[in-house]
Amino acid sequence: MAMNAKSTVLLQREPFDVAVEAAKLSRGRADVGAVVTFTGICRGDEAGEPIAALTLEHYPGMAEAEIERHVAEAIGRWPLAGVTVIHRYGRIEPGEDIVMVVTASAHRQAAFAAAEFLMDYLKTRAPFWKQVEKASGKTITKTWVDAKATDDAAAERWRTPRRKQAVE
Amino acid sequence: MTIKLRYFAWVRERVGKPEEDVEIPAGVATVGELMAWLAGRGEEYAHAFENPKVIRVAIDRNHVQPGAPVRAASEIAFFPPMTGG
Repeated sequence: MAMNAKSTVLLQREPFDVAVEAAKLSRGRADVGAVVTFTGICRGDEAGEPIAALTLEHYPGMAEAEIERHVAEAIGRWPLAGVTVIHRYGRIEPGEDIVMVVTASAHRQAAFAAAEFLMDYLKTRAPFWKQVEKASGKTITKTWVDAKATDDAAAERWRTPRRKQAVE
Repeated sequence: MTIKLRYFAWVRERVGKPEEDVEIPAGVATVGELMAWLAGRGEEYAHAFENPKVIRVAIDRNHVQPGAPVRAASEIAFFPPMTGG
């Protein structure tokens, strides 16, 4: 049976606090037995070379709409109590958070599956583009990150329509 | 028909502008035909659209395929494969 899922999608320049967002999905309710959080973090290297920063460009309006469509699909596929997705844009340095997904459900299976589904779709369908900034002495070079075939394959495996997973 | 075109990431850099309003000729019916027509608008467009197979397109903020009709669109965006997350 569908739970009354609370969903939040935010795009922002500012950092976020995963613990605060996770607590919001379970606080004050007794029907949440599982909360899964995923955080994507800016690595300090790209293809073996150190990087100075990533800059994320996005398509305002469509990025929110596209993430919201996938959140709605996740809510239709799994019995979720809540979903929160926050994606940052702008310049992000190594060690800083880029994206977070929090899913809450009565049981862990739905929460794990929905979080993974959302991340796989975010990477291939949400209109964001990463540019890598490398510094060599005083010279700064910027190059666009190429899309990975492995990310397409990860999203593709969710395409087979299936019924809402049974809850133990 | 005038449509707002938007460009992102390296498509934006190659075209040299983030957006523009463009009068689309009546013979251009699909997204694929629009890319072919845009490629003929000058050197920077030829560079941006030299390999239309890799360019992703959204009409009014929804992903579409190259065969999608452009007629009812108010905004069409062109961009490389996405690399967010």
